[in-house]
Amino acid sequence: MQPLLKAENIVSYIGPYTILHDVSLEVTRGEAVVILGRNGAGKTTFLKTIMGLVHTRSGVLEFDGETLVDKETHVIQRKGIGYVPEDYGIFDLLTVEENMRIAMWKEDPETKERCDWVLDLFPDLKLAYKRFAKTLSGGQRQMLSVGRALVNNNRILLVDEPSKGLAPVIIETLAGALKEISKTTTVLLVEQNFAMACAVGQRFYIINEGKTVESGTMADLIQNKELQAVHLGI
Amino acid sequence: MGTIVTLVVNGLAQGALIFLMASGLSIILGMMGVINFAHGTLFLWGGYMYVWSYYAIRLRVVMAWFEAAVPVTRFGNILTIQGVQLPPGETLPFLAELAIFVAALVIAVGFVFVMGLVFEKLFINRVYGRVPAQILITLGIQVVFTDIVRVIWGPNPFPIDRPPFLNGVSTIGTARIVHYNVFLILVGLVIAVIIHRILTKSRIGMVIRAGLQSPDHVRAIGINIKRYFTIVFAAGAALAGLGGALYMPLVGNVVSTAGMSNQILAFIVVVVGGLGSFMGSFLGSIFLGLMGVGIAMTVPGLSVVANVLIMALVLMFRPNGLFGLAVSRAD
Repeated sequence: MQPLLKAENIVSYIGPYTILHDVSLEVTRGEAVVILGRNGAGKTTFLKTIMGLVHTRSGVLEFDGETLVDKETHVIQRKGIGYVPEDYGIFDLLTVEENMRIAMWKEDPETKERCDWVLDLFPDLKLAYKRFAKTLSGGQRQMLSVGRALVNNNRILLVDEPSKGLAPVIIETLAGALKEISKTTTVLLVEQNFAMACAVGQRFYIINEGKTVESGTMADLIQNKELQAVHLGI
Repeated sequence: MGTIVTLVVNGLAQGALIFLMASGLSIILGMMGVINFAHGTLFLWGGYMYVWSYYAIRLRVVMAWFEAAVPVTRFGNILTIQGVQLPPGETLPFLAELAIFVAALVIAVGFVFVMGLVFEKLFINRVYGRVPAQILITLGIQVVFTDIVRVIWGPNPFPIDRPPFLNGVSTIGTARIVHYNVFLILVGLVIAVIIHRILTKSRIGMVIRAGLQSPDHVRAIGINIKRYFTIVFAAGAALAGLGGALYMPLVGNVVSTAGMSNQILAFIVVVVGGLGSFMGSFLGSIFLGLMGVGIAMTVPGLSVVANVLIMALVLMFRPNGLFGLAVSRAD
Protein backbone atom coordinates (compact mmCIF):
# COMPACT_ATOMS: atom_id res chain seq x y z
CA MET A 1 0.00 0.00 0.00
CA GLN A 2 1.40 3.39 -1.01
CA PRO A 3 2.09 5.58 2.04
CA LEU A 4 0.14 8.83 2.31
CA LEU A 5 3.24 10.69 3.47
CA LYS A 6 6.73 9.52 2.66
CA ALA A 7 10.03 11.10 3.67
CA GLU A 8 13.30 9.51 2.60
CA ASN A 9 16.74 10.74 3.66
CA ILE A 10 15.55 14.31 4.10
CA VAL A 11 18.22 16.97 4.54
CA SER A 12 16.94 20.47 5.25
CA TYR A 13 18.43 23.78 6.29
CA ILE A 14 17.70 27.19 7.72
CA GLY A 15 20.06 29.86 6.39
CA PRO A 16 23.59 28.49 6.59
CA TYR A 17 22.66 25.75 9.09
CA THR A 18 21.73 22.18 8.17
CA ILE A 19 19.11 21.10 10.71
CA LEU A 20 17.91 17.74 9.40
CA HIS A 21 20.65 15.37 8.25
CA ASP A 22 18.77 12.20 7.40
CA VAL A 23 15.12 11.85 8.31
CA SER A 24 12.99 9.07 6.88
CA LEU A 25 9.47 8.02 7.77
CA GLU A 26 6.22 6.82 6.30
CA VAL A 27 2.64 7.41 7.34
CA THR A 28 -0.15 5.34 5.83
CA ARG A 29 -3.80 6.37 5.58
CA GLY A 30 -5.74 6.22 8.83
CA GLU A 31 -2.66 5.93 11.03
CA ALA A 32 -1.71 8.04 14.03
CA VAL A 33 2.08 8.31 14.04
CA VAL A 34 4.10 10.07 16.72
CA ILE A 35 7.52 11.66 16.32
CA LEU A 36 9.45 11.67 19.55
CA GLY A 37 12.83 13.04 20.52
CA ARG A 38 14.62 15.40 22.83
CA ASN A 39 14.53 19.20 22.59
CA GLY A 40 16.35 20.45 19.51
CA ALA A 41 16.33 17.03 17.83
CA GLY A 42 14.69 18.45 14.68
CA LYS A 43 11.06 17.33 15.16
CA THR A 44 9.52 20.79 14.62
CA THR A 45 11.89 21.47 11.73
CA PHE A 46 10.71 18.26 10.09
CA LEU A 47 7.06 19.36 10.19
CA LYS A 48 8.10 22.78 8.87
CA THR A 49 10.01 21.03 6.09
CA ILE A 50 6.87 19.14 5.10
CA MET A 51 4.98 22.46 5.02
CA GLY A 52 7.67 24.13 2.89
CA LEU A 53 8.49 26.62 5.64
CA VAL A 54 12.01 25.19 5.83
CA HIS A 55 13.93 24.41 2.65
CA THR A 56 14.79 20.84 1.63
CA ARG A 57 18.30 20.34 0.32
CA SER A 58 17.96 16.71 -0.68
CA GLY A 59 15.84 13.62 -0.18
CA VAL A 60 12.39 12.47 -1.17
CA LEU A 61 9.31 14.08 0.34
CA GLU A 62 6.03 12.90 -1.12
CA PHE A 63 2.36 13.24 -0.25
CA ASP A 64 0.08 10.72 -1.92
CA GLY A 65 2.76 10.08 -4.54
CA GLU A 66 3.35 13.77 -5.38
CA THR A 67 6.54 15.52 -4.40
CA LEU A 68 6.35 18.37 -1.89
CA VAL A 69 9.92 19.54 -2.45
CA ASP A 70 10.16 23.16 -3.67
CA LYS A 71 6.39 23.61 -3.50
CA GLU A 72 5.03 26.77 -1.90
CA THR A 73 3.49 26.44 1.56
CA HIS A 74 -0.06 27.37 0.52
CA VAL A 75 0.09 24.83 -2.33
CA ILE A 76 1.23 22.12 0.08
CA GLN A 77 -1.58 22.96 2.52
CA ARG A 78 -4.18 22.83 -0.26
CA LYS A 79 -3.17 19.25 -1.02
CA GLY A 80 -4.97 18.43 2.23
CA ILE A 81 -2.28 18.87 4.87
CA GLY A 82 -3.55 20.57 8.01
CA TYR A 83 -0.83 22.04 10.20
CA VAL A 84 -1.00 22.93 13.87
CA PRO A 85 2.25 24.79 14.63
CA GLU A 86 4.10 24.69 17.91
CA ASP A 87 3.26 28.35 18.65
CA TYR A 88 -0.40 27.73 17.67
CA GLY A 89 -0.28 30.18 14.73
CA ILE A 90 -3.36 31.98 16.03
CA PHE A 91 -4.10 35.44 14.63
CA ASP A 92 -4.59 37.68 17.65
CA LEU A 93 -6.14 40.54 15.67
CA LEU A 94 -8.94 38.24 14.50
CA THR A 95 -11.84 36.84 16.49
CA VAL A 96 -12.16 33.11 17.09
CA GLU A 97 -14.81 33.00 14.36
CA GLU A 98 -12.55 34.86 11.92
CA ASN A 99 -9.65 32.54 12.77
CA MET A 100 -11.87 29.65 11.72
CA ARG A 101 -13.30 31.37 8.64
CA ILE A 102 -9.96 32.57 7.27
CA ALA A 103 -8.76 28.96 7.18
CA MET A 104 -11.77 27.67 5.25
CA TRP A 105 -11.07 26.78 1.64
CA LYS A 106 -14.71 27.52 0.94
CA GLU A 107 -17.64 28.44 3.13
CA ASP A 108 -20.03 25.73 1.95
CA PRO A 109 -22.51 23.69 4.05
CA GLU A 110 -20.03 20.81 4.37
CA THR A 111 -17.35 23.11 5.81
CA LYS A 112 -19.88 24.74 8.14
CA GLU A 113 -20.88 21.29 9.33
CA ARG A 114 -17.25 20.47 10.11
CA CYS A 115 -16.94 23.80 11.90
CA ASP A 116 -19.95 22.89 14.08
CA TRP A 117 -18.33 19.52 14.81
CA VAL A 118 -15.13 21.32 15.91
CA LEU A 119 -17.15 23.59 18.19
CA ASP A 120 -18.83 20.54 19.71
CA LEU A 121 -15.41 18.94 20.16
CA PHE A 122 -14.10 22.09 21.90
CA PRO A 123 -17.04 23.76 23.68
CA ASP A 124 -14.67 26.45 25.03
CA LEU A 125 -14.32 27.77 21.49
CA LYS A 126 -18.07 28.02 21.09
CA LEU A 127 -18.26 30.19 24.20
CA ALA A 128 -15.44 32.43 22.95
CA TYR A 129 -16.56 32.47 19.31
CA LYS A 130 -16.98 36.24 18.99
CA ARG A 131 -14.01 37.16 21.17
CA PHE A 132 -10.66 38.36 19.84
CA ALA A 133 -8.11 35.53 19.89
CA LYS A 134 -5.67 37.61 21.91
CA THR A 135 -8.00 37.18 24.92
CA LEU A 136 -7.80 33.36 24.85
CA SER A 137 -5.88 31.25 27.37
CA GLY A 138 -3.06 28.95 26.26
CA GLY A 139 -5.34 25.92 26.24
CA GLN A 140 -8.04 27.72 24.26
CA ARG A 141 -5.45 28.88 21.74
CA GLN A 142 -4.29 25.29 21.26
CA MET A 143 -7.89 24.14 20.81
CA LEU A 144 -8.44 26.89 18.24
CA SER A 145 -5.26 25.91 16.42
CA VAL A 146 -6.29 22.25 16.23
CA GLY A 147 -9.90 23.14 15.44
CA ARG A 148 -8.88 25.50 12.66
CA ALA A 149 -6.89 22.74 10.99
CA LEU A 150 -10.02 20.57 10.99
CA VAL A 151 -12.43 22.93 9.21
CA ASN A 152 -11.21 21.71 5.82
CA ASN A 153 -11.39 18.18 4.55
CA ASN A 154 -7.69 17.60 5.21
CA ARG A 155 -6.21 14.19 4.52
CA ILE A 156 -3.56 14.44 7.21
CA LEU A 157 -3.10 16.56 10.29
CA LEU A 158 0.41 17.59 11.39
CA VAL A 159 0.33 18.57 15.06
CA ASP A 160 3.40 20.05 16.72
CA GLU A 161 3.70 19.58 20.50
CA PRO A 162 0.11 20.36 21.44
CA SER A 163 0.75 19.71 25.12
CA LYS A 164 3.58 22.21 25.44
CA GLY A 165 3.07 24.65 28.31
CA LEU A 166 -0.46 23.48 29.08
CA ALA A 167 -2.00 22.39 32.37
CA PRO A 168 -2.48 18.60 32.85
CA VAL A 169 -6.27 18.88 32.70
CA ILE A 170 -6.10 20.68 29.35
CA ILE A 171 -3.61 18.12 28.04
CA GLU A 172 -6.08 15.39 28.94
CA THR A 173 -8.85 17.15 27.02
CA LEU A 174 -6.60 17.65 23.99
CA ALA A 175 -5.41 14.04 24.07
CA GLY A 176 -9.04 12.89 24.06
CA ALA A 177 -9.83 15.23 21.17
CA LEU A 178 -6.81 14.09 19.14
CA LYS A 179 -7.73 10.46 19.72
CA GLU A 180 -11.23 11.23 18.48
CA ILE A 181 -9.81 13.07 15.46
CA SER A 182 -7.45 10.20 14.65
CA LYS A 183 -10.45 7.93 14.13
CA THR A 184 -11.32 9.84 10.95
CA THR A 185 -8.11 11.64 9.95
CA THR A 186 -4.51 10.52 9.54
CA VAL A 187 -2.40 12.20 12.23
CA LEU A 188 1.32 12.90 12.46
CA LEU A 189 2.01 14.15 15.95
CA VAL A 190 5.21 15.63 17.34
CA GLU A 191 5.15 15.23 21.09
CA GLN A 192 7.44 15.23 24.10
CA ASN A 193 4.71 14.31 26.56
CA PHE A 194 5.01 10.54 26.58
CA ALA A 195 1.58 9.95 28.09
CA MET A 196 -0.06 11.97 25.33
CA ALA A 197 2.02 10.25 22.68
CA CYS A 198 0.92 6.87 24.03
CA ALA A 199 -2.73 7.96 24.16
CA VAL A 200 -2.80 9.05 20.51
CA GLY A 201 -0.11 7.18 18.58
CA GLN A 202 -0.10 3.71 17.02
CA ARG A 203 3.46 3.88 15.69
CA PHE A 204 6.45 6.07 16.53
CA TYR A 205 9.65 7.45 15.09
CA ILE A 206 12.45 8.89 17.22
CA ILE A 207 14.53 11.71 15.78
CA ASN A 208 17.87 12.55 17.32
CA GLU A 209 20.29 15.24 16.09
CA GLY A 210 18.40 15.57 12.81
CA LYS A 211 18.31 11.84 12.04
CA THR A 212 15.67 9.15 12.37
CA VAL A 213 17.20 6.70 14.83
CA GLU A 214 14.36 4.39 15.88
CA SER A 215 10.88 3.39 14.81
CA GLY A 216 8.26 0.83 15.74
CA THR A 217 4.87 0.41 17.33
CA MET A 218 3.88 2.41 20.40
CA ALA A 219 3.16 -0.87 22.18
CA ASP A 220 6.80 -1.91 21.71
CA LEU A 221 8.10 1.46 22.86
CA ILE A 222 5.99 1.34 26.01
CA GLN A 223 7.68 -1.99 26.88
CA ASN A 224 11.19 -0.85 25.95
CA LYS A 225 12.42 1.09 28.99
CA GLU A 226 15.99 1.22 27.69
CA LEU A 227 14.95 2.97 24.48
CA GLN A 228 12.89 5.41 26.48
CA ALA A 229 15.84 6.15 28.76
CA VAL A 230 18.37 6.58 25.94
CA HIS A 231 16.36 8.75 23.57
CA LEU A 232 13.58 10.27 25.61
CA GLY A 233 15.20 10.68 29.01
CA ILE A 234 12.31 8.97 30.75
CA MET B 1 -11.76 81.90 18.07
CA GLY B 2 -12.14 82.41 14.33
CA THR B 3 -8.42 81.88 13.83
CA ILE B 4 -8.55 78.65 15.80
CA VAL B 5 -11.45 77.30 13.72
CA THR B 6 -9.61 78.25 10.53
CA LEU B 7 -6.45 76.55 11.76
CA VAL B 8 -8.31 73.41 12.84
CA VAL B 9 -9.98 73.05 9.43
CA ASN B 10 -6.65 73.62 7.67
CA GLY B 11 -4.92 71.17 9.99
CA LEU B 12 -7.56 68.50 9.49
CA ALA B 13 -7.29 68.94 5.71
CA GLN B 14 -3.51 68.50 5.92
CA GLY B 15 -4.07 65.49 8.15
CA ALA B 16 -6.47 63.94 5.62
CA LEU B 17 -3.83 64.20 2.91
CA ILE B 18 -1.11 62.76 5.12
CA PHE B 19 -3.50 59.93 6.06
CA LEU B 20 -4.00 58.95 2.41
CA MET B 21 -0.28 58.47 2.09
CA ALA B 22 0.47 57.04 5.53
CA SER B 23 -2.29 54.41 5.68
CA GLY B 24 -0.98 52.54 2.65
CA LEU B 25 2.62 52.93 3.76
CA SER B 26 1.81 51.59 7.23
CA ILE B 27 0.04 48.46 5.98
CA ILE B 28 2.73 47.78 3.36
CA LEU B 29 5.40 48.06 6.04
CA GLY B 30 3.43 46.14 8.67
CA MET B 31 2.16 43.28 6.53
CA MET B 32 4.81 42.91 3.87
CA GLY B 33 7.79 44.19 5.87
CA VAL B 34 8.68 46.45 2.95
CA ILE B 35 10.26 49.81 3.65
CA ASN B 36 8.88 51.61 0.63
CA PHE B 37 10.84 54.74 -0.19
CA ALA B 38 9.09 54.78 -3.57
CA HIS B 39 5.81 55.82 -1.93
CA GLY B 40 6.64 59.50 -2.51
CA THR B 41 7.09 59.03 -6.23
CA LEU B 42 3.68 57.33 -6.43
CA PHE B 43 2.22 60.38 -4.66
CA LEU B 44 4.00 62.60 -7.18
CA TRP B 45 2.78 60.64 -10.19
CA GLY B 46 -0.74 60.80 -8.82
CA GLY B 47 -0.43 64.58 -8.68
CA TYR B 48 1.02 65.03 -12.15
CA MET B 49 -1.33 62.52 -13.77
CA TYR B 50 -4.30 64.25 -12.18
CA VAL B 51 -3.20 67.69 -13.39
CA TRP B 52 -2.40 66.42 -16.87
CA SER B 53 -5.71 64.54 -17.20
CA TYR B 54 -7.74 67.35 -15.66
CA TYR B 55 -6.42 69.96 -18.07
CA ALA B 56 -6.55 67.64 -21.09
CA ILE B 57 -10.18 66.64 -20.47
CA ARG B 58 -11.27 70.17 -19.57
CA LEU B 59 -9.65 71.58 -22.72
CA ARG B 60 -11.57 69.17 -24.91
CA VAL B 61 -14.86 69.67 -23.11
CA VAL B 62 -14.61 73.46 -23.16
CA MET B 63 -13.53 73.56 -26.84
CA ALA B 64 -16.48 71.34 -27.73
CA TRP B 65 -18.85 73.45 -25.64
CA PHE B 66 -17.76 76.98 -26.64
CA GLU B 67 -16.56 77.79 -30.16
CA ALA B 68 -14.97 81.01 -28.93
CA ALA B 69 -12.83 79.31 -26.26
CA VAL B 70 -9.06 79.79 -26.62
CA PRO B 71 -6.41 77.20 -25.66
CA VAL B 72 -3.58 78.56 -23.53
CA THR B 73 -0.29 76.67 -23.23
CA ARG B 74 0.60 76.38 -19.57
CA PHE B 75 3.64 74.16 -19.16
CA GLY B 76 5.18 70.83 -20.07
CA ASN B 77 8.04 69.22 -21.95
CA ILE B 78 7.22 65.97 -23.70
CA LEU B 79 3.59 66.18 -22.59
CA THR B 80 2.25 69.71 -22.78
CA ILE B 81 -0.50 70.82 -20.48
CA GLN B 82 -2.86 73.34 -22.00
CA GLY B 83 -5.34 75.43 -20.12
CA VAL B 84 -8.28 77.05 -21.78
CA GLN B 85 -9.75 80.52 -21.65
CA LEU B 86 -13.53 80.55 -21.63
CA PRO B 87 -15.42 83.27 -23.49
CA PRO B 88 -16.11 86.27 -21.23
CA GLY B 89 -19.04 85.66 -18.88
CA GLU B 90 -19.32 81.94 -19.69
CA THR B 91 -18.87 79.02 -17.33
CA LEU B 92 -19.17 75.25 -17.63
CA PRO B 93 -22.17 73.73 -15.87
CA PHE B 94 -21.45 72.34 -12.39
CA LEU B 95 -22.07 68.74 -13.45
CA ALA B 96 -19.61 69.04 -16.34
CA GLU B 97 -16.94 70.48 -14.02
CA LEU B 98 -17.64 67.73 -11.48
CA ALA B 99 -17.41 65.03 -14.14
CA ILE B 100 -14.07 66.41 -15.41
CA PHE B 101 -12.67 66.50 -11.87
CA VAL B 102 -13.83 62.96 -11.03
CA ALA B 103 -12.59 61.58 -14.36
CA ALA B 104 -9.16 63.11 -13.80
CA LEU B 105 -9.00 61.65 -10.29
CA VAL B 106 -10.02 58.20 -11.56
CA ILE B 107 -7.36 58.31 -14.31
CA ALA B 108 -4.67 59.43 -11.86
CA VAL B 109 -5.55 56.87 -9.19
CA GLY B 110 -5.97 54.09 -11.77
CA PHE B 111 -2.63 54.91 -13.35
CA VAL B 112 -0.81 54.86 -10.01
CA PHE B 113 -2.60 51.62 -9.04
CA VAL B 114 -1.15 50.02 -12.19
CA MET B 115 2.26 51.53 -11.36
CA GLY B 116 1.97 49.86 -7.94
CA LEU B 117 1.14 46.50 -9.54
CA VAL B 118 4.09 46.77 -11.91
CA PHE B 119 6.51 47.90 -9.18
CA GLU B 120 5.47 45.01 -6.95
CA LYS B 121 5.71 42.40 -9.69
CA LEU B 122 8.97 43.69 -11.19
CA PHE B 123 10.92 44.93 -8.21
CA ILE B 124 9.41 44.54 -4.76
CA ASN B 125 8.63 40.82 -4.79
CA ARG B 126 12.30 40.08 -5.42
CA VAL B 127 13.37 41.71 -2.17
CA TYR B 128 10.90 40.44 0.46
CA GLY B 129 12.73 39.89 3.73
CA ARG B 130 15.84 41.73 2.53
CA VAL B 131 15.67 45.19 4.07
CA PRO B 132 18.92 46.66 2.67
CA ALA B 133 17.89 45.56 -0.82
CA GLN B 134 14.42 47.06 -0.29
CA ILE B 135 15.87 50.41 0.71
CA LEU B 136 18.19 50.48 -2.28
CA ILE B 137 15.60 49.37 -4.83
CA THR B 138 12.80 51.63 -3.60
CA LEU B 139 15.13 54.63 -3.34
CA GLY B 140 16.26 53.84 -6.88
CA ILE B 141 12.65 53.79 -8.07
CA GLN B 142 12.04 57.09 -6.26
CA VAL B 143 14.97 58.79 -7.97
CA VAL B 144 14.37 57.39 -11.46
CA PHE B 145 10.61 57.91 -11.56
CA THR B 146 10.85 61.40 -10.07
CA ASP B 147 13.34 62.28 -12.80
CA ILE B 148 10.99 60.83 -15.42
CA VAL B 149 8.34 63.28 -14.16
CA ARG B 150 10.85 66.11 -14.65
CA VAL B 151 11.69 64.90 -18.15
CA ILE B 152 8.03 64.66 -19.16
CA TRP B 153 6.64 67.82 -17.57
CA GLY B 154 9.78 69.86 -16.83
CA PRO B 155 11.57 70.50 -13.55
CA ASN B 156 10.04 73.85 -12.65
CA PRO B 157 7.00 74.42 -10.46
CA PHE B 158 3.94 75.83 -12.17
CA PRO B 159 0.63 77.15 -10.91
CA ILE B 160 -2.61 75.24 -11.33
CA ASP B 161 -6.26 75.99 -10.59
CA ARG B 162 -8.64 74.22 -8.30
CA PRO B 163 -11.89 72.99 -9.82
CA PRO B 164 -14.15 76.08 -9.85
CA PHE B 165 -16.82 74.46 -7.66
CA LEU B 166 -14.25 73.84 -4.89
CA ASN B 167 -12.55 77.17 -5.18
CA GLY B 168 -14.51 79.27 -2.73
CA VAL B 169 -14.05 80.55 0.78
CA SER B 170 -16.85 80.95 3.33
CA THR B 171 -16.68 83.24 6.28
CA ILE B 172 -18.33 82.06 9.48
CA GLY B 173 -17.93 84.72 12.13
CA THR B 174 -14.26 85.57 11.92
CA ALA B 175 -13.31 82.10 10.66
CA ARG B 176 -12.39 81.71 6.98
CA ILE B 177 -13.24 78.24 5.75
CA VAL B 178 -11.61 77.22 2.48
CA HIS B 179 -14.05 74.95 0.64
CA TYR B 180 -11.30 72.76 -0.75
CA ASN B 181 -10.11 72.02 2.80
CA VAL B 182 -13.59 70.90 3.82
CA PHE B 183 -13.67 68.69 0.72
CA LEU B 184 -10.31 67.12 1.71
CA ILE B 185 -11.58 66.38 5.21
CA LEU B 186 -14.67 64.69 3.79
CA VAL B 187 -12.58 62.62 1.35
CA GLY B 188 -10.25 61.61 4.19
CA LEU B 189 -13.19 60.53 6.33
CA VAL B 190 -14.85 58.57 3.52
CA ILE B 191 -11.59 56.80 2.66
CA ALA B 192 -10.97 56.04 6.36
CA VAL B 193 -14.45 54.50 6.67
CA ILE B 194 -13.95 52.45 3.48
CA ILE B 195 -10.55 51.15 4.65
CA HIS B 196 -11.96 50.35 8.08
CA ARG B 197 -14.89 48.45 6.54
CA ILE B 198 -12.56 46.51 4.25
CA LEU B 199 -10.22 45.64 7.12
CA THR B 200 -12.99 44.53 9.48
CA LYS B 201 -15.71 43.11 7.22
CA SER B 202 -14.08 41.47 4.22
CA ARG B 203 -11.98 38.37 3.63
CA ILE B 204 -9.13 40.46 2.25
CA GLY B 205 -9.29 42.50 5.47
CA MET B 206 -9.02 39.32 7.53
CA VAL B 207 -5.99 38.23 5.53
CA ILE B 208 -4.36 41.66 5.91
CA ARG B 209 -4.89 41.64 9.68
CA ALA B 210 -3.58 38.09 9.93
CA GLY B 211 -0.65 38.92 7.65
CA LEU B 212 0.30 41.87 9.84
CA GLN B 213 1.00 39.34 12.59
CA SER B 214 2.53 36.46 10.65
CA PRO B 215 2.67 36.00 6.87
CA ASP B 216 4.09 32.48 7.36
CA HIS B 217 1.08 31.34 9.36
CA VAL B 218 -1.20 32.77 6.68
CA ARG B 219 0.63 30.64 4.09
CA ALA B 220 0.34 27.62 6.36
CA ILE B 221 -3.46 27.81 6.29
CA GLY B 222 -3.43 27.58 2.50
CA ILE B 223 -3.55 31.24 1.48
CA ASN B 224 -1.38 32.55 -1.33
CA ILE B 225 -0.27 35.63 0.55
CA LYS B 226 1.90 36.86 -2.32
CA ARG B 227 -1.28 37.61 -4.25
CA TYR B 228 -2.51 39.70 -1.32
CA PHE B 229 0.88 41.44 -1.12
CA THR B 230 0.45 42.56 -4.72
CA ILE B 231 -3.07 43.83 -4.08
CA VAL B 232 -2.09 45.62 -0.87
CA PHE B 233 0.93 47.25 -2.49
CA ALA B 234 -1.12 48.45 -5.47
CA ALA B 235 -3.93 49.69 -3.19
CA GLY B 236 -1.39 51.55 -1.05
CA ALA B 237 0.04 53.06 -4.23
CA ALA B 238 -3.45 54.12 -5.34
CA LEU B 239 -4.06 55.83 -1.99
CA ALA B 240 -0.75 57.68 -2.33
CA GLY B 241 -1.75 58.62 -5.88
CA LEU B 242 -5.07 59.98 -4.64
CA GLY B 243 -3.18 61.94 -2.00
CA GLY B 244 -0.94 63.44 -4.67
CA ALA B 245 -3.89 64.24 -6.93
CA LEU B 246 -5.67 66.10 -4.13
CA TYR B 247 -2.50 67.77 -2.86
CA MET B 248 -1.61 69.69 -6.01
CA PRO B 249 -4.83 71.77 -6.14
CA LEU B 250 -4.48 72.42 -2.39
CA VAL B 251 -1.08 74.06 -2.69
CA GLY B 252 -2.05 75.63 -6.03
CA ASN B 253 1.01 74.52 -7.93
CA VAL B 254 2.73 71.43 -9.22
CA VAL B 255 6.21 70.79 -7.96
CA SER B 256 8.40 67.75 -8.55
CA THR B 257 9.84 67.73 -5.02
CA ALA B 258 6.40 67.20 -3.43
CA GLY B 259 6.82 63.42 -3.33
CA MET B 260 9.82 63.28 -1.03
CA SER B 261 8.63 66.01 1.36
CA ASN B 262 5.24 64.36 1.86
CA GLN B 263 6.80 60.91 2.12
CA ILE B 264 8.83 62.05 5.13
CA LEU B 265 5.61 63.14 6.85
CA ALA B 266 4.01 59.78 6.08
CA PHE B 267 6.95 57.89 7.56
CA ILE B 268 6.74 60.03 10.70
CA VAL B 269 3.05 59.14 10.99
CA VAL B 270 3.82 55.43 10.61
CA VAL B 271 6.40 55.62 13.40
CA VAL B 272 4.23 57.79 15.66
CA GLY B 273 0.99 55.92 14.99
CA GLY B 274 2.46 52.43 15.09
CA LEU B 275 3.43 49.95 12.41
CA GLY B 276 0.49 48.44 10.57
CA SER B 277 -2.06 50.24 12.72
CA PHE B 278 -4.97 51.75 10.80
CA MET B 279 -6.07 53.75 13.83
CA GLY B 280 -2.50 54.88 14.41
CA SER B 281 -2.25 56.19 10.84
CA PHE B 282 -5.59 57.95 11.14
CA LEU B 283 -4.99 59.67 14.47
CA GLY B 284 -1.29 60.22 13.81
CA SER B 285 -2.10 62.01 10.55
CA ILE B 286 -4.66 64.26 12.22
CA PHE B 287 -2.21 65.02 15.01
CA LEU B 288 0.60 65.85 12.59
CA GLY B 289 -1.71 67.93 10.40
CA LEU B 290 -2.98 70.00 13.32
CA MET B 291 0.47 70.38 14.82
CA GLY B 292 1.88 71.36 11.44
CA VAL B 293 -0.47 74.31 10.93
CA GLY B 294 -0.20 75.34 14.58
CA ILE B 295 3.58 75.48 14.44
CA ALA B 296 3.59 77.02 10.97
CA MET B 297 1.59 79.92 12.42
CA THR B 298 3.50 80.38 15.68
CA VAL B 299 7.09 79.35 14.86
CA PRO B 300 7.22 78.75 11.08
CA GLY B 301 10.88 77.72 11.01
CA LEU B 302 10.35 74.84 13.42
CA SER B 303 7.70 72.79 11.61
CA VAL B 304 10.07 70.08 10.32
CA VAL B 305 12.07 70.03 13.57
CA ALA B 306 8.85 69.60 15.58
CA ASN B 307 7.77 66.58 13.52
CA VAL B 308 11.12 64.88 13.90
CA LEU B 309 11.19 65.70 17.61
CA ILE B 310 7.77 64.09 18.10
CA MET B 311 8.98 61.00 16.25
CA ALA B 312 12.12 60.81 18.41
CA LEU B 313 10.09 61.12 21.62
CA VAL B 314 7.68 58.38 20.55
CA LEU B 315 10.58 56.11 19.62
CA MET B 316 12.15 56.74 23.03
CA PHE B 317 9.06 56.08 25.13
CA ARG B 318 6.82 53.90 22.93
CA PRO B 319 8.98 52.14 20.33
CA ASN B 320 5.90 50.36 18.89
CA GLY B 321 4.17 53.69 18.30
CA LEU B 322 1.15 55.18 20.06
CA PHE B 323 -1.22 52.62 18.53
CA GLY B 324 1.20 49.83 17.66
CA LEU B 325 -0.24 46.36 17.13
CA ALA B 326 -1.31 44.72 20.34
CA VAL B 327 0.49 41.59 19.19
CA SER B 328 4.05 40.83 18.25
CA ARG B 329 4.96 39.52 14.83
CA ALA B 330 5.69 35.85 14.79
CA ASP B 331 8.37 36.15 12.13
